[in-house]
Amino acid sequence: MLYIKCPFCGMRSQNEFAYGGDASVKRPELNKDVSDKEWDDFVYNRKSLRGKHIELWHHVSGCRQWFKAQRDTATHEIFKTAMMNEEI
Amino acid sequence: MSQDFRIKEKGYINRNKIINFKFNGKNYTGYEGDTLASALLANGIHLVGRSFKYHRPRGFFAAGVDEPNAKLQVQLNGHSEPNVNATEIELVEGISATSQNCWPSVEFDVGAINNLLQKFFPAGFYYKTFMWPKSFWYKIYEPFIRKAAGLGIASTKKDTERYEHKFEYCDLLVTGSGPAGLASAYAAAKSGAKVILAEDKHRFGGSLLMDDVSIDNLSGKDWADKIISELREMPNVIVKNRSQVFGYYDHNMLVMFERTGDHLEKKSEFTPRQRLWYIRCKEVILSTGSIERPIVFGNNDTPGVMLSSGAKEYMKVYGVLVGRKPIIFTNNDSAYETAIEFKNNGVDPLILDTRKEQSSDLINDAKNKGIKIKFNHAVIKADGYKKVKSAIIGELSEDKTTYKNTSSVECDCICVSGFWTPSVHLASQSGNKLKFDKEIDAFVPDKSKQEEITVGAANGNFTLHDTLNAGFNAGSKVSKKLNNKDVDIQIPNVTEKKHKTHDKFWCAPLPKNIKAKRFVDFQNDVSVTDIEIALREGYRSIEHVKRYTTLGMATDQGRTSNLNGLQLVSNIENKIVPEVGHTTFRPPFTPVTIGTIVGREVGKHFMPTRLTPMHNWHIKNNAVFVDAGAWKRPRYYKIGNETMLEAATREAKNVRDKVGICDVTTLGKIDVKGPDAAEFLNRVYTNAWMKLPVGKARYGVMLREDGMVMDDGTTTRISEHHYHMTTTTAQAANVLSHLEYYLQIVWPELNVNVVSTTEQWAGAALAGPKSRDVLAKLFPNINVSNESLPFMGYIEGDLFGVPARIFRISFSGELAYEINVQSDYGLYMWEKMMEIGKEFGIQPYGTEALSTLRIEMGHVAGPELDGRTIPYDVSLDGMVSKKKDFIGKRSLSKIAFNEANRQKIVGLVPVDRKTSIPEGSHLVVDKNAKLPNPKLGHVSSSCWSVENNNPFSLAIIKDGKNMIGKKLFAVSPLKNKSIEVEVISSHYVDHEGKRVRS
Repeated sequence: MLYIKCPFCGMRSQNEFAYGGDASVKRPELNKDVSDKEWDDFVYNRKSLRGKHIELWHHVSGCRQWFKAQRDTATHEIFKTAMMNEEI
Repeated sequence: MSQDFRIKEKGYINRNKIINFKFNGKNYTGYEGDTLASALLANGIHLVGRSFKYHRPRGFFAAGVDEPNAKLQVQLNGHSEPNVNATEIELVEGISATSQNCWPSVEFDVGAINNLLQKFFPAGFYYKTFMWPKSFWYKIYEPFIRKAAGLGIASTKKDTERYEHKFEYCDLLVTGSGPAGLASAYAAAKSGAKVILAEDKHRFGGSLLMDDVSIDNLSGKDWADKIISELREMPNVIVKNRSQVFGYYDHNMLVMFERTGDHLEKKSEFTPRQRLWYIRCKEVILSTGSIERPIVFGNNDTPGVMLSSGAKEYMKVYGVLVGRKPIIFTNNDSAYETAIEFKNNGVDPLILDTRKEQSSDLINDAKNKGIKIKFNHAVIKADGYKKVKSAIIGELSEDKTTYKNTSSVECDCICVSGFWTPSVHLASQSGNKLKFDKEIDAFVPDKSKQEEITVGAANGNFTLHDTLNAGFNAGSKVSKKLNNKDVDIQIPNVTEKKHKTHDKFWCAPLPKNIKAKRFVDFQNDVSVTDIEIALREGYRSIEHVKRYTTLGMATDQGRTSNLNGLQLVSNIENKIVPEVGHTTFRPPFTPVTIGTIVGREVGKHFMPTRLTPMHNWHIKNNAVFVDAGAWKRPRYYKIGNETMLEAATREAKNVRDKVGICDVTTLGKIDVKGPDAAEFLNRVYTNAWMKLPVGKARYGVMLREDGMVMDDGTTTRISEHHYHMTTTTAQAANVLSHLEYYLQIVWPELNVNVVSTTEQWAGAALAGPKSRDVLAKLFPNINVSNESLPFMGYIEGDLFGVPARIFRISFSGELAYEINVQSDYGLYMWEKMMEIGKEFGIQPYGTEALSTLRIEMGHVAGPELDGRTIPYDVSLDGMVSKKKDFIGKRSLSKIAFNEANRQKIVGLVPVDRKTSIPEGSHLVVDKNAKLPNPKLGHVSSSCWSVENNNPFSLAIIKDGKNMIGKKLFAVSPLKNKSIEVEVISSHYVDHEGKRVRS
């Protein structure tokens, strides 16, 4: 079970969190023409990297904040976590 | 029975307390402090079970977790547990054990015929034999294999014992209380670190209990006792015996199971049987010691053959002699201690050492005591069926592949020692890649992946001096790292005997004229021949060899067999062991009961139960409940002998004719607040929200980005910047996370806050033509006329002193209202409504009637919004704004979603107007068509229409629009039904929606 540092609450066990996927995905702006490819990339296509991955976590059983984490998908090492408005 | 093999005044058992127990139906005695194994051995019992495949007689092979044979069915406190390791379970009054895998008895086992037929049971036997014909598998082969294989019998009774879970945090967890563990725990604890020391056995000290050493002029055991009592005095230390750390997971999370109850004769009601510890620690010191490995020889599985370390432990700790005519068969010095211990207890052993004549402290000691030693000798084969009677021994040739001569020697036990294997399981589980240490012919931990250090024998360190040093150093290093404190500890003086190097001899060659099976893995009956066959048949990867032969599988996880198996493979392949590699070590290290893993989360504690404030009223009024997520909702209220259908029909009819009341507290409620709330809702929902006035509600549909409908519900504008959103019961949590995602990540610029208020409000729906009459009496000061409170209107009122929210919304399609009050007043509101509604014929209705009402109205719900439907599929076209953008809109323009024959919701009635259509039925054109019969769609919801008094269903079918008026078949193979149905509109009642506006 991972041990994750919520930027708001501190170190907590993984069972308090929900995983939210790749944090680098940006939603296309509203009311903008979006090609099929761009839209599919946003909705479906993910890289499934091995190694360092910046991803979203949601502290669902805690402060309910979404935040970013940099994690190694192969070793599970978490290098850093940050609030959504911070650089990681 | 007398304990004939008990040595006078030896061991750490309590001879003042005699314990009675049963084995295979016979009564025996032992002492407090015995294990089941030591007590049986004290009574001269070696034969305890039959082997897995060949049903060969098997006896005790070890004294601890390394035991591969002695798995018993144990009856204690009215429970029966299979596969209990006799060497690990403590003797307690009234315990009863029976042998497994034998019939009719362990002494005479019919299955032993397999032993005679063993030529027909080689490696891969099952794979080869049961391959064809395929049709034989389920009915013939599988039942046969299931009957023939397996060990104990799992109980079918409910486990009434109590199991607990505990979460603990510490600076340092030390696993194992041998010299390395004691030293590390002591050094770290002295500096103030929070330490947990875990020992799987009941006694602390590990090898110190058995080895002939002294530390600071104390015996090993006395020194261990002294350290333990000091540690117990420290407030920063938790010392636990009977506690096995069995899993090492990510981020230094370890799990341990503690045997808290089984050793107690009487335990209180609240004493758990076992406790599972989740331990999150900053640092781990693994001091798990080592396990002796056997030397492989012919018939080495005969009862009476056991590890030399086991024999020593039985003598030293339990005061039990495992035999009176022992042969000690060794390739190293440590077995000499066993021989000396035999001699000290008046038994003359014979030592067979595979090494050339040599001398060391121990060898000289043995010689001086007059122990007979034959160097350059090996046991070729043990003789005897249910107990070893003699052994064929041989003098080894120069290259040790043949014998110069052989002879037979009488004996009643063979104690074997093939040197030591570090217990690296936990280190490997932590992600540590192991390395092969040629000096000791075994794997040891290499580079740590997590914060762990392995010390002592587990790290291949077999001298006490080095082990203690490593332990104290590791403990000090960890404490320095944790709180930057230096600990000043005097490393104690140690007296121990020096050992000579061991011989790399691990398998006695079998001369052609001697027939015998040489077992590598006892628990799975894997012999040398089996591994040879696997390699001959082309299996190369050690992982494949493992699976083909089952080497190293099952409960002992190959503790005594892995390295010998690897040696054999590397010899045949002409490789060195590190090239062959090792199989993966996985948790659990030892078997853990399901009860411990589950803990207290059984029965109603399996998951939390959510109850509405009106729950007790529902119970009193004969509600039959249904689970809706964690909620309990009334499904129907039973009157007399009504069936569910009768009750639901009565309740639904009462709503259509008069007025009904339904508990809707479980609906998800979310407060949406802030100056940008309208803009946010406008992006979340498919329809327009910018112009909703205060005091009005609106129905909304939200999509996922892939265009599928996520949820629907009404949202009401309570005040300028305050909206009250409702969600379905099932999606409440998901919708909140979804909204938070967009507010926190995608559109942080929106000034909006969301919070769940589901539990703050109790809700009751008042539905039916008479609902306005009831409402008027409930709120005499409010004008509830159609003009003043129209459909989708909202007003606040005073319900006999309780502030209430009144929403004119409807799920049933009738004139209806939903009233919310603060949860604490839910029951008060409900009772008032029942009281006032009495004169209008009010009746409560449950979820069955609720479904009936919405289905015949064609209102979609969970079964239609199943994550595979877009708004157009479920006739929500009118809800989709063309003018604005919203979540998921772009997906709706995908080609597949706009095909002319796209699936669509329709209504179905059976042609005979009588037969109910099972939900989940598939719709086909021709019920007799050849398989696979093309499927047009499925039935999503079914009810008995109270309005038309016949069955009615909703279905989602391909090209639904153009199917209206056609006849199809609804086929349910599960219910063996095939019903001719007519496709009609999904709105079966009140097409124009007049009633809700009346």
